[in-house]
Amino acid sequence: MFSTLAEMFQYTFLVRAVVVGVLVSLCAALLGVSLVLKRYSMIGDGLSHVGFGSLAIATAMNAAPLAVAVPVVVLAAFLLLRLSENSKIKGDAAIALISTSALAIGVAVISLTTGMNTDVCNYMFGSILAMSKADVALSLILGSSVLVLFALFYHRIFAVTFDENFAKATGIKTGLYNMLIALLTAVTIVLGMRMMGAMLISALVIFPALTSMRVMKKFKSVTICSAVVSVVCFFCGVVLSYLTNMPTGASVVIFNLAVFLGFWAAAKLLPSMKERKTAL
Amino acid sequence: MALLKCSNAAFAYDGHTAVEGLTFSVSSGDYLCIVGENGSGKSTLMKGLLGLKAPSAGSIETGDGLIAAEIGYLPQQTQVQKDFPASVEEVVLSGRAGRPRAAPAGKRNALSAWRPYYGRSDKAIARDNMERLGILPLRHRCYRELSGGQQQRVLLARALCATKSLLLLDEPTAGLDPMATRDLYRLIAEVNAQGLTVIMVSHDIGAAVQYATHILHLQQRQLFFGTTAEYLTSPEGMRFIDRTEFAAEGVEFNV
Ligand SMILES: Nc1ncnc2c1ncn2[C@@H]1O[C@H](COP(=O)(O)OP(=O)(O)OP(=O)(O)O)[C@@H](O)[C@H]1O
Ligand SMILES: [Mg+2]
Repeated sequence: MFSTLAEMFQYTFLVRAVVVGVLVSLCAALLGVSLVLKRYSMIGDGLSHVGFGSLAIATAMNAAPLAVAVPVVVLAAFLLLRLSENSKIKGDAAIALISTSALAIGVAVISLTTGMNTDVCNYMFGSILAMSKADVALSLILGSSVLVLFALFYHRIFAVTFDENFAKATGIKTGLYNMLIALLTAVTIVLGMRMMGAMLISALVIFPALTSMRVMKKFKSVTICSAVVSVVCFFCGVVLSYLTNMPTGASVVIFNLAVFLGFWAAAKLLPSMKERKTAL
Repeated sequence: MALLKCSNAAFAYDGHTAVEGLTFSVSSGDYLCIVGENGSGKSTLMKGLLGLKAPSAGSIETGDGLIAAEIGYLPQQTQVQKDFPASVEEVVLSGRAGRPRAAPAGKRNALSAWRPYYGRSDKAIARDNMERLGILPLRHRCYRELSGGQQQRVLLARALCATKSLLLLDEPTAGLDPMATRDLYRLIAEVNAQGLTVIMVSHDIGAAVQYATHILHLQQRQLFFGTTAEYLTSPEGMRFIDRTEFAAEGVEFNV
Protein backbone atom coordinates (compact mmCIF):
# COMPACT_ATOMS: atom_id res chain seq x y z
CA MET A 1 0.00 0.00 0.00
CA PHE A 2 2.63 2.51 1.10
CA SER A 3 5.00 1.43 -1.60
CA THR A 4 2.22 2.06 -4.13
CA LEU A 5 1.72 5.56 -2.77
CA ALA A 6 5.46 6.21 -2.77
CA GLU A 7 5.64 5.01 -6.36
CA MET A 8 2.68 7.19 -7.39
CA PHE A 9 4.09 10.34 -5.89
CA GLN A 10 7.37 9.98 -7.71
CA TYR A 11 5.53 11.36 -10.71
CA THR A 12 5.17 15.12 -10.38
CA PHE A 13 2.20 15.19 -12.74
CA LEU A 14 0.36 12.84 -10.43
CA VAL A 15 1.19 14.95 -7.40
CA ARG A 16 -0.17 18.01 -9.21
CA ALA A 17 -3.31 16.15 -10.24
CA VAL A 18 -3.92 14.99 -6.70
CA VAL A 19 -3.42 18.48 -5.27
CA VAL A 20 -5.87 20.02 -7.74
CA GLY A 21 -8.29 17.15 -7.26
CA VAL A 22 -8.30 17.47 -3.50
CA LEU A 23 -8.96 21.19 -3.78
CA VAL A 24 -11.79 20.67 -6.27
CA SER A 25 -13.34 17.89 -4.18
CA LEU A 26 -13.30 20.19 -1.18
CA CYS A 27 -14.99 23.04 -3.08
CA ALA A 28 -17.56 20.72 -4.63
CA ALA A 29 -18.46 19.18 -1.29
CA LEU A 30 -18.91 22.54 0.46
CA LEU A 31 -21.05 24.02 -2.31
CA GLY A 32 -22.89 20.73 -2.70
CA VAL A 33 -24.51 21.04 0.72
CA SER A 34 -26.19 24.28 -0.28
CA LEU A 35 -27.03 23.11 -3.81
CA VAL A 36 -28.64 19.89 -2.64
CA LEU A 37 -30.66 21.64 0.06
CA LYS A 38 -31.82 24.33 -2.34
CA ARG A 39 -32.87 21.61 -4.80
CA TYR A 40 -30.34 22.90 -7.31
CA SER A 41 -28.61 19.56 -7.88
CA MET A 42 -29.70 19.60 -11.51
CA ILE A 43 -27.77 22.81 -12.08
CA GLY A 44 -24.51 21.00 -11.40
CA ASP A 45 -25.43 18.37 -13.94
CA GLY A 46 -26.48 20.95 -16.52
CA LEU A 47 -23.28 22.92 -16.05
CA SER A 48 -21.05 19.92 -16.59
CA HIS A 49 -22.72 19.25 -19.95
CA VAL A 50 -22.30 22.87 -20.97
CA GLY A 51 -18.67 22.49 -19.87
CA PHE A 52 -18.28 19.49 -22.13
CA GLY A 53 -19.65 21.42 -25.09
CA SER A 54 -17.31 24.34 -24.49
CA LEU A 55 -14.28 22.07 -24.06
CA ALA A 56 -15.07 20.42 -27.38
CA ILE A 57 -15.29 23.82 -29.08
CA ALA A 58 -12.09 24.98 -27.40
CA THR A 59 -10.26 21.89 -28.66
CA ALA A 60 -11.60 22.41 -32.18
CA MET A 61 -10.40 26.04 -32.13
CA ASN A 62 -7.08 25.06 -30.55
CA ALA A 63 -7.77 27.45 -27.67
CA ALA A 64 -6.81 26.98 -24.02
CA PRO A 65 -9.59 24.76 -22.62
CA LEU A 66 -10.07 26.48 -19.26
CA ALA A 67 -9.97 29.98 -20.72
CA VAL A 68 -12.97 29.12 -22.91
CA ALA A 69 -14.89 26.89 -20.53
CA VAL A 70 -14.79 29.07 -17.41
CA PRO A 71 -16.62 32.11 -18.86
CA VAL A 72 -19.09 30.00 -20.86
CA VAL A 73 -20.04 27.86 -17.88
CA VAL A 74 -20.30 30.89 -15.58
CA LEU A 75 -22.75 32.47 -18.04
CA ALA A 76 -24.68 29.22 -18.24
CA ALA A 77 -24.82 29.09 -14.44
CA PHE A 78 -26.51 32.49 -14.24
CA LEU A 79 -28.95 31.45 -16.95
CA LEU A 80 -29.80 28.15 -15.24
CA LEU A 81 -30.24 29.93 -11.92
CA ARG A 82 -32.73 32.31 -13.50
CA LEU A 83 -34.61 29.40 -15.04
CA SER A 84 -34.87 27.43 -11.83
CA GLU A 85 -35.91 30.49 -9.81
CA ASN A 86 -38.72 31.08 -12.25
CA SER A 87 -40.72 27.94 -11.64
CA LYS A 88 -43.44 28.99 -14.06
CA ILE A 89 -41.43 28.05 -17.12
CA LYS A 90 -40.65 24.62 -15.73
CA GLY A 91 -37.08 25.10 -14.56
CA ASP A 92 -36.09 21.44 -14.59
CA ALA A 93 -37.29 20.87 -18.15
CA ALA A 94 -35.41 23.98 -19.30
CA ILE A 95 -32.23 22.76 -17.62
CA ALA A 96 -32.56 19.39 -19.32
CA LEU A 97 -33.00 21.16 -22.68
CA ILE A 98 -29.89 23.25 -22.22
CA SER A 99 -27.72 20.41 -20.97
CA THR A 100 -28.66 17.95 -23.70
CA SER A 101 -28.25 20.65 -26.37
CA ALA A 102 -24.78 21.50 -25.07
CA LEU A 103 -23.86 17.82 -25.10
CA ALA A 104 -25.15 17.40 -28.67
CA ILE A 105 -23.23 20.46 -29.87
CA GLY A 106 -20.08 19.16 -28.18
CA VAL A 107 -20.39 15.73 -29.77
CA ALA A 108 -21.17 17.26 -33.19
CA VAL A 109 -18.13 19.55 -33.04
CA ILE A 110 -15.86 16.67 -32.02
CA SER A 111 -17.04 14.31 -34.72
CA LEU A 112 -16.63 17.00 -37.38
CA THR A 113 -13.09 17.87 -36.27
CA THR A 114 -10.93 15.38 -34.37
CA GLY A 115 -13.37 12.49 -34.47
CA MET A 116 -14.25 10.27 -31.53
CA ASN A 117 -10.92 9.33 -29.95
CA THR A 118 -9.52 8.61 -26.49
CA ASP A 119 -9.47 12.36 -25.74
CA VAL A 120 -13.23 12.35 -25.98
CA CYS A 121 -13.47 9.38 -23.66
CA ASN A 122 -11.30 11.30 -21.20
CA TYR A 123 -13.58 14.34 -21.41
CA MET A 124 -16.58 12.18 -20.66
CA PHE A 125 -15.23 10.00 -17.87
CA GLY A 126 -12.09 11.67 -16.62
CA SER A 127 -8.37 11.08 -16.59
CA ILE A 128 -5.62 11.92 -14.11
CA LEU A 129 -3.36 12.86 -16.97
CA ALA A 130 -5.58 15.69 -18.15
CA MET A 131 -3.90 18.60 -16.37
CA SER A 132 -1.22 20.71 -18.02
CA LYS A 133 1.10 22.87 -15.92
CA ALA A 134 -0.78 26.08 -16.74
CA ASP A 135 -4.09 24.40 -15.90
CA VAL A 136 -2.73 23.40 -12.53
CA ALA A 137 -1.69 26.97 -11.70
CA LEU A 138 -5.06 28.39 -12.73
CA SER A 139 -6.90 25.64 -10.87
CA LEU A 140 -4.99 26.34 -7.68
CA ILE A 141 -5.80 30.06 -7.83
CA LEU A 142 -9.49 29.61 -8.66
CA GLY A 143 -9.95 26.70 -6.27
CA SER A 144 -8.49 28.60 -3.34
CA SER A 145 -10.65 31.63 -4.13
CA VAL A 146 -13.73 29.40 -4.03
CA LEU A 147 -12.68 28.10 -0.61
CA VAL A 148 -11.95 31.57 0.77
CA LEU A 149 -15.24 33.02 -0.51
CA PHE A 150 -17.19 30.10 0.89
CA ALA A 151 -15.56 30.53 4.29
CA LEU A 152 -16.19 34.30 4.33
CA PHE A 153 -19.85 33.95 3.33
CA TYR A 154 -20.61 30.75 5.24
CA HIS A 155 -23.20 32.22 7.62
CA ARG A 156 -25.03 34.14 4.93
CA ILE A 157 -25.01 31.10 2.68
CA PHE A 158 -26.64 29.18 5.54
CA ALA A 159 -29.26 31.91 6.05
CA VAL A 160 -30.11 32.06 2.35
CA THR A 161 -30.23 28.27 2.06
CA PHE A 162 -32.39 27.79 5.14
CA ASP A 163 -35.02 30.46 4.52
CA GLU A 164 -34.60 32.73 1.54
CA ASN A 165 -37.63 34.92 2.31
CA PHE A 166 -36.52 35.64 5.85
CA ALA A 167 -33.00 36.37 4.70
CA LYS A 168 -34.29 38.78 2.08
CA ALA A 169 -36.64 40.51 4.53
CA THR A 170 -33.83 41.03 7.02
CA GLY A 171 -31.57 42.74 4.54
CA ILE A 172 -29.46 39.98 3.02
CA LYS A 173 -29.05 40.41 -0.71
CA THR A 174 -30.28 36.94 -1.55
CA GLY A 175 -30.02 37.40 -5.32
CA LEU A 176 -26.34 38.21 -4.90
CA TYR A 177 -25.70 35.13 -2.78
CA ASN A 178 -27.55 32.86 -5.19
CA MET A 179 -25.34 34.24 -7.93
CA LEU A 180 -22.26 33.73 -5.79
CA ILE A 181 -23.21 30.09 -5.23
CA ALA A 182 -23.84 29.62 -8.96
CA LEU A 183 -20.54 31.30 -9.84
CA LEU A 184 -18.49 29.23 -7.41
CA THR A 185 -20.23 26.06 -8.60
CA ALA A 186 -19.49 26.87 -12.23
CA VAL A 187 -15.80 27.43 -11.52
CA THR A 188 -15.55 24.26 -9.44
CA ILE A 189 -17.23 22.16 -12.10
CA VAL A 190 -15.01 23.39 -14.90
CA LEU A 191 -11.88 22.81 -12.83
CA GLY A 192 -12.87 19.28 -11.86
CA MET A 193 -14.40 18.31 -15.15
CA ARG A 194 -11.40 16.99 -17.01
CA MET A 195 -10.15 14.91 -14.15
CA MET A 196 -13.61 13.61 -13.18
CA GLY A 197 -15.24 13.67 -16.60
CA ALA A 198 -18.23 15.68 -17.79
CA MET A 199 -20.62 12.82 -17.14
CA LEU A 200 -19.46 12.25 -13.57
CA ILE A 201 -18.41 15.59 -12.08
CA SER A 202 -21.85 16.37 -10.70
CA ALA A 203 -21.52 13.30 -8.46
CA LEU A 204 -18.71 15.15 -6.69
CA VAL A 205 -21.19 17.90 -5.85
CA ILE A 206 -24.14 15.73 -4.84
CA PHE A 207 -22.77 12.60 -3.18
CA PRO A 208 -20.83 14.01 -0.20
CA ALA A 209 -23.74 16.22 0.91
CA LEU A 210 -26.30 13.42 0.64
CA THR A 211 -23.95 11.03 2.40
CA SER A 212 -23.39 13.32 5.40
CA MET A 213 -27.08 14.18 5.63
CA ARG A 214 -27.77 10.51 6.45
CA VAL A 215 -26.21 10.87 9.90
CA MET A 216 -25.41 14.52 10.63
CA LYS A 217 -28.08 16.89 11.86
CA LYS A 218 -26.37 20.25 12.02
CA PHE A 219 -25.52 22.35 8.99
CA LYS A 220 -21.98 22.78 10.24
CA SER A 221 -21.36 19.08 10.83
CA VAL A 222 -22.92 18.22 7.47
CA THR A 223 -20.55 20.70 5.82
CA ILE A 224 -17.46 19.41 7.59
CA CYS A 225 -18.40 15.77 7.11
CA SER A 226 -19.02 16.35 3.37
CA ALA A 227 -15.60 17.91 3.00
CA VAL A 228 -13.89 14.97 4.71
CA VAL A 229 -15.88 12.33 2.83
CA SER A 230 -15.23 14.05 -0.48
CA VAL A 231 -11.47 14.35 -0.02
CA VAL A 232 -11.08 10.80 1.27
CA CYS A 233 -13.13 9.34 -1.59
CA PHE A 234 -11.20 11.35 -4.13
CA PHE A 235 -7.90 10.15 -2.78
CA CYS A 236 -8.93 6.50 -2.72
CA GLY A 237 -10.42 6.90 -6.19
CA VAL A 238 -7.19 8.27 -7.63
CA VAL A 239 -5.16 5.41 -6.19
CA LEU A 240 -7.62 2.87 -7.62
CA SER A 241 -7.53 4.65 -10.95
CA TYR A 242 -3.72 4.54 -10.95
CA LEU A 243 -3.64 0.84 -10.09
CA THR A 244 -6.30 -0.33 -12.52
CA ASN A 245 -6.19 2.26 -15.34
CA MET A 246 -9.86 2.92 -14.68
CA PRO A 247 -11.07 6.44 -15.60
CA THR A 248 -10.59 8.60 -12.49
CA GLY A 249 -14.16 9.84 -12.48
CA ALA A 250 -15.56 6.33 -12.36
CA SER A 251 -13.34 5.16 -9.52
CA VAL A 252 -14.02 8.28 -7.41
CA VAL A 253 -17.78 7.94 -7.90
CA ILE A 254 -17.61 4.25 -6.94
CA PHE A 255 -15.94 5.15 -3.65
CA ASN A 256 -18.55 7.87 -3.07
CA LEU A 257 -21.32 5.37 -3.68
CA ALA A 258 -19.77 2.88 -1.26
CA VAL A 259 -19.47 5.49 1.51
CA PHE A 260 -23.03 6.68 0.84
CA LEU A 261 -24.36 3.15 1.24
CA GLY A 262 -22.29 2.73 4.38
CA PHE A 263 -23.69 5.90 5.96
CA TRP A 264 -27.20 5.02 4.88
CA ALA A 265 -26.94 1.58 6.45
CA ALA A 266 -25.44 3.05 9.61
CA ALA A 267 -28.36 5.48 9.96
CA LYS A 268 -30.86 2.67 9.43
CA LEU A 269 -29.21 0.00 11.54
CA LEU A 270 -28.09 2.00 14.53
CA PRO A 271 -31.33 3.18 16.16
CA SER A 272 -29.29 4.91 18.86
CA MET A 273 -28.21 7.37 16.18
CA LYS A 274 -31.81 8.35 15.64
CA GLU A 275 -32.73 8.60 19.28
CA ARG A 276 -29.80 10.70 20.38
CA LYS A 277 -31.08 13.76 22.14
CA THR A 278 -28.38 16.10 20.96
CA ALA A 279 -27.68 16.43 17.31
CA LEU A 280 -24.20 16.21 15.93
CA MET B 1 -42.58 60.94 10.64
CA ALA B 2 -44.19 57.51 10.81
CA LEU B 3 -42.16 54.32 10.69
CA LEU B 4 -44.27 52.98 7.83
CA LYS B 5 -46.82 54.71 5.66
CA CYS B 6 -49.07 53.07 3.08
CA SER B 7 -50.82 55.38 0.63
CA ASN B 8 -53.64 53.81 -1.35
CA ALA B 9 -51.46 50.75 -1.92
CA ALA B 10 -52.67 47.60 -3.70
CA PHE B 11 -51.12 44.20 -4.32
CA ALA B 12 -51.82 41.84 -7.18
CA TYR B 13 -50.84 38.34 -8.26
CA ASP B 14 -50.55 38.00 -12.04
CA GLY B 15 -52.76 41.03 -12.57
CA HIS B 16 -55.48 39.85 -10.17
CA THR B 17 -55.75 42.30 -7.30
CA ALA B 18 -55.55 40.50 -3.96
CA VAL B 19 -55.99 43.53 -1.73
CA GLU B 20 -56.39 47.26 -2.41
CA GLY B 21 -57.11 50.65 -0.91
CA LEU B 22 -54.52 50.34 1.85
CA THR B 23 -54.04 53.70 3.54
CA PHE B 24 -52.58 53.59 7.03
CA SER B 25 -49.48 54.47 8.96
CA VAL B 26 -47.55 52.89 11.79
CA SER B 27 -45.60 54.97 14.29
CA SER B 28 -42.71 53.88 16.42
CA GLY B 29 -43.94 51.89 19.44
CA ASP B 30 -47.34 50.98 17.93
CA TYR B 31 -48.82 47.50 18.16
CA LEU B 32 -50.86 46.99 15.00
CA CYS B 33 -53.05 43.94 14.55
CA ILE B 34 -54.15 42.97 11.05
CA VAL B 35 -57.40 41.01 11.09
CA GLY B 36 -59.68 39.56 8.42
CA GLU B 37 -60.96 36.29 7.06
CA ASN B 38 -58.95 33.67 5.16
CA GLY B 39 -57.81 35.01 1.82
CA SER B 40 -58.49 38.63 2.74
CA GLY B 41 -54.92 39.64 1.85
CA LYS B 42 -53.18 39.75 5.23
CA SER B 43 -50.13 37.70 4.31
CA THR B 44 -49.94 39.52 1.01
CA LEU B 45 -49.74 42.86 2.81
CA MET B 46 -47.04 41.43 5.07
CA LYS B 47 -44.96 40.51 2.05
CA GLY B 48 -45.41 44.05 0.81
CA LEU B 49 -44.30 45.57 4.11
CA LEU B 50 -41.22 43.33 4.05
CA GLY B 51 -40.30 44.42 0.55
CA LEU B 52 -40.75 40.87 -0.80
CA LYS B 53 -43.58 42.04 -3.04
CA ALA B 54 -43.88 45.37 -4.82
CA PRO B 55 -47.24 47.20 -4.66
CA SER B 56 -49.18 47.15 -7.94
CA ALA B 57 -50.52 50.63 -7.15
CA GLY B 58 -49.95 53.31 -4.53
CA SER B 59 -46.87 53.36 -2.36
CA ILE B 60 -45.29 52.15 0.87
CA GLU B 61 -42.85 54.54 2.47
CA THR B 62 -40.54 53.77 5.33
CA GLY B 63 -39.32 56.49 7.64
CA ASP B 64 -37.42 57.05 10.85
CA GLY B 65 -34.34 55.46 9.35
CA LEU B 66 -35.97 52.02 9.18
CA ILE B 67 -33.78 49.69 7.19
CA ALA B 68 -34.33 46.08 6.22
CA ALA B 69 -31.49 44.98 8.46
CA GLU B 70 -33.61 45.97 11.47
CA ILE B 71 -36.80 44.09 10.68
CA GLY B 72 -37.68 40.85 12.40
CA TYR B 73 -40.13 38.54 10.65
CA LEU B 74 -42.05 35.44 11.61
CA PRO B 75 -43.61 33.94 8.49
CA GLN B 76 -46.98 32.16 8.47
CA GLN B 77 -45.45 29.14 6.84
CA THR B 78 -41.79 28.51 6.37
CA GLN B 79 -40.99 26.34 3.43
CA VAL B 80 -38.12 24.67 5.21
CA GLN B 81 -37.61 21.27 3.73
CA LYS B 82 -38.31 18.20 5.77
CA ASP B 83 -34.73 16.97 5.67
CA PHE B 84 -32.86 20.23 6.30
CA PRO B 85 -30.06 19.63 8.77
CA ALA B 86 -29.83 22.58 11.16
CA SER B 87 -29.62 22.90 14.92
CA VAL B 88 -31.88 25.26 16.87
CA GLU B 89 -28.87 27.41 17.67
CA GLU B 90 -27.87 27.71 14.02
CA VAL B 91 -31.40 28.76 13.06
CA VAL B 92 -31.70 31.36 15.82
CA LEU B 93 -28.26 32.80 15.10
CA SER B 94 -29.13 33.14 11.41
CA GLY B 95 -31.38 36.02 12.50
CA ARG B 96 -28.15 37.95 13.00
CA ALA B 97 -26.71 37.15 9.56
CA GLY B 98 -28.11 40.22 7.84
CA ARG B 99 -27.13 42.66 10.54
CA PRO B 100 -24.11 44.86 10.11
CA ARG B 101 -21.58 44.95 12.92
CA ALA B 102 -22.06 47.78 15.39
CA ALA B 103 -19.20 50.03 14.32
CA PRO B 104 -18.15 53.04 16.38
CA ALA B 105 -20.13 56.11 15.34
CA GLY B 106 -18.46 58.08 12.58
CA LYS B 107 -16.48 55.08 11.39
CA ARG B 108 -19.56 53.52 9.86
CA ASN B 109 -18.98 52.55 6.29
CA ALA B 110 -19.97 49.51 4.33
CA LEU B 111 -16.63 47.79 4.76
CA SER B 112 -16.15 48.25 8.48
CA ALA B 113 -19.74 47.19 9.08
CA TRP B 114 -19.32 43.93 7.19
CA ARG B 115 -18.15 40.90 9.04
CA PRO B 116 -17.95 37.25 8.10
CA TYR B 117 -18.61 35.69 11.51
CA TYR B 118 -20.94 36.16 14.45
CA GLY B 119 -19.42 38.18 17.23
CA ARG B 120 -19.76 37.69 20.95
CA SER B 121 -22.69 40.14 21.10
CA ASP B 122 -24.56 38.18 18.40
CA LYS B 123 -24.17 34.99 20.38
CA ALA B 124 -25.28 36.71 23.59
CA ILE B 125 -28.38 38.11 21.89
CA ALA B 126 -29.23 34.69 20.46
CA ARG B 127 -28.78 33.10 23.88
CA ASP B 128 -30.97 35.72 25.59
CA ASN B 129 -33.76 35.22 23.08
CA MET B 130 -33.61 31.44 23.37
CA GLU B 131 -33.80 31.79 27.12
CA ARG B 132 -36.73 34.22 26.88
CA LEU B 133 -38.68 31.72 24.77
CA GLY B 134 -37.73 28.73 26.84
CA ILE B 135 -35.87 26.93 24.08
CA LEU B 136 -32.38 27.16 25.53
CA PRO B 137 -32.43 23.46 26.52
CA LEU B 138 -33.27 22.59 22.90
CA ARG B 139 -30.40 24.54 21.37
CA HIS B 140 -28.41 21.52 20.21
CA ARG B 141 -31.46 19.68 18.91
CA CYS B 142 -32.17 19.30 15.24
CA TYR B 143 -34.73 21.88 14.08
CA ARG B 144 -36.65 19.49 11.86
CA GLU B 145 -37.23 17.05 14.72
CA LEU B 146 -39.07 19.57 16.93
CA SER B 147 -42.84 19.83 17.32
CA GLY B 148 -44.70 22.52 15.39
CA GLY B 149 -45.05 24.72 18.45
CA GLN B 150 -41.38 24.39 19.33
CA GLN B 151 -40.39 25.25 15.77
CA GLN B 152 -42.61 28.33 15.96
CA ARG B 153 -40.78 29.50 19.07
CA VAL B 154 -37.41 28.93 17.41
CA LEU B 155 -38.50 31.08 14.47
CA LEU B 156 -39.75 33.79 16.84
CA ALA B 157 -36.39 33.78 18.62
CA ARG B 158 -34.73 34.19 15.24
CA ALA B 159 -37.04 37.10 14.41
CA LEU B 160 -36.25 38.79 17.74
CA CYS B 161 -32.54 38.38 17.01
CA ALA B 162 -32.96 40.25 13.76
CA THR B 163 -34.63 43.38 15.04
CA LYS B 164 -34.37 46.34 17.35
CA SER B 165 -37.21 48.36 15.85
CA LEU B 166 -39.90 46.45 13.95
CA LEU B 167 -41.28 42.95 14.43
CA LEU B 168 -43.68 41.47 11.85
CA LEU B 169 -45.60 38.34 12.83
CA ASP B 170 -47.93 36.35 10.61
CA GLU B 171 -50.18 34.28 12.89
CA PRO B 172 -47.51 33.52 15.44
CA THR B 173 -49.77 31.38 17.62
CA ALA B 174 -50.76 28.91 14.92
CA GLY B 175 -50.12 25.45 16.31
CA LEU B 176 -49.45 26.53 19.90
CA ASP B 177 -51.38 25.16 22.88
CA PRO B 178 -53.50 27.66 24.90
CA MET B 179 -50.83 28.13 27.58
CA ALA B 180 -48.08 28.70 25.05
CA THR B 181 -50.40 31.05 23.12
CA ARG B 182 -51.02 33.18 26.20
CA ASP B 183 -47.31 33.23 27.06
CA LEU B 184 -46.47 34.26 23.54
CA TYR B 185 -48.98 37.14 23.52
CA ARG B 186 -47.56 38.33 26.84
CA LEU B 187 -44.05 38.13 25.51
CA ILE B 188 -44.98 40.13 22.42
CA ALA B 189 -46.71 42.73 24.59
CA GLU B 190 -43.57 42.87 26.71
CA VAL B 191 -41.18 43.49 23.81
CA ASN B 192 -43.66 46.07 22.51
CA ALA B 193 -43.60 47.80 25.90
CA GLN B 194 -39.81 47.89 25.63
CA GLY B 195 -40.17 50.01 22.51
CA LEU B 196 -40.33 47.48 19.67
CA THR B 197 -42.99 48.25 17.06
CA VAL B 198 -45.15 45.19 16.41
CA ILE B 199 -47.28 44.39 13.37
CA MET B 200 -49.13 41.11 13.80
CA VAL B 201 -51.58 39.16 11.67
CA SER B 202 -54.00 37.31 13.91
CA HIS B 203 -57.20 35.31 13.71
CA ASP B 204 -57.62 35.72 17.43
CA ILE B 205 -59.75 38.87 17.58
CA GLY B 206 -59.95 38.65 21.38
CA ALA B 207 -56.18 38.87 21.74
CA ALA B 208 -56.05 41.53 19.05
CA VAL B 209 -58.35 43.94 20.88
CA GLN B 210 -56.73 43.09 24.22
CA TYR B 211 -53.13 43.85 23.22
CA ALA B 212 -53.06 45.96 20.07
CA THR B 213 -53.06 49.75 19.99
CA HIS B 214 -54.30 49.82 16.38
CA ILE B 215 -56.40 47.52 14.22
CA LEU B 216 -56.35 47.11 10.46
CA HIS B 217 -59.29 45.11 9.11
CA LEU B 218 -58.97 43.73 5.58
CA GLN B 219 -61.48 42.15 3.24
CA GLN B 220 -59.74 42.21 -0.15
CA ARG B 221 -59.65 45.94 0.59
CA GLN B 222 -59.22 48.02 3.71
CA LEU B 223 -62.44 47.97 5.79
CA PHE B 224 -61.13 49.73 8.85
CA PHE B 225 -58.02 51.36 10.20
CA GLY B 226 -57.83 53.14 13.55
CA THR B 227 -57.17 52.68 17.22
CA THR B 228 -58.52 49.65 19.06
CA ALA B 229 -60.99 51.81 21.01
CA GLU B 230 -62.40 53.22 17.77
CA TYR B 231 -62.59 49.72 16.30
CA LEU B 232 -64.66 48.38 19.20
CA THR B 233 -67.34 51.00 18.57
CA SER B 234 -67.18 50.94 14.77
CA PRO B 235 -69.85 49.03 12.79
CA GLU B 236 -67.18 46.82 11.10
CA GLY B 237 -65.61 45.99 14.40
CA MET B 238 -68.86 45.17 16.17
CA ARG B 239 -70.02 43.01 13.31
CA PHE B 240 -66.72 41.11 13.04
CA ILE B 241 -66.41 40.55 16.77
CA ASP B 242 -70.01 39.40 17.03
CA ARG B 243 -69.55 36.98 14.20
CA THR B 244 -66.28 35.50 15.41
CA GLU B 245 -67.63 35.11 18.93
CA PHE B 246 -70.69 33.40 17.54
CA ALA B 247 -68.42 31.11 15.55
CA ALA B 248 -66.33 30.38 18.62
CA GLU B 249 -69.45 29.44 20.58
CA GLY B 250 -70.49 27.17 17.75
CA VAL B 251 -67.17 25.40 18.02
CA GLU B 252 -67.68 24.92 21.73
CA PHE B 253 -71.11 23.43 21.09
CA ASN B 254 -69.66 20.91 18.69
CA VAL B 255 -67.05 19.71 21.15
N1 LIG C 1 -48.49 33.14 -4.49
C1 LIG C 1 -49.75 33.47 -4.85
N2 LIG C 1 -50.12 33.43 -6.15
C2 LIG C 1 -51.36 33.77 -6.54
N3 LIG C 1 -52.32 34.18 -5.70
C3 LIG C 1 -52.03 34.24 -4.39
C4 LIG C 1 -50.73 33.90 -3.89
N4 LIG C 1 -50.71 34.07 -2.56
C5 LIG C 1 -51.95 34.49 -2.23
N5 LIG C 1 -52.74 34.60 -3.32
C6 LIG C 1 -54.13 35.06 -3.33
O1 LIG C 1 -54.20 36.33 -2.73
C7 LIG C 1 -55.33 36.39 -1.87
C8 LIG C 1 -54.91 36.82 -0.48
O2 LIG C 1 -54.08 35.83 0.07
P1 LIG C 1 -53.35 35.97 1.47
O3 LIG C 1 -52.38 34.85 1.61
O4 LIG C 1 -52.80 37.35 1.58
O5 LIG C 1 -54.56 35.79 2.48
P2 LIG C 1 -54.55 35.82 4.06
O6 LIG C 1 -55.39 36.95 4.48
O7 LIG C 1 -53.16 35.76 4.59
O8 LIG C 1 -55.30 34.44 4.41
P3 LIG C 1 -55.07 33.42 5.62
O9 LIG C 1 -55.87 33.92 6.76
O10 LIG C 1 -55.62 32.14 5.11
O11 LIG C 1 -53.62 33.35 5.90
C9 LIG C 1 -56.00 35.03 -1.91
O12 LIG C 1 -57.12 35.12 -2.75
C10 LIG C 1 -54.98 34.12 -2.51
O13 LIG C 1 -55.58 33.15 -3.32
MG1 LIG D 1 -52.04 34.47 5.64
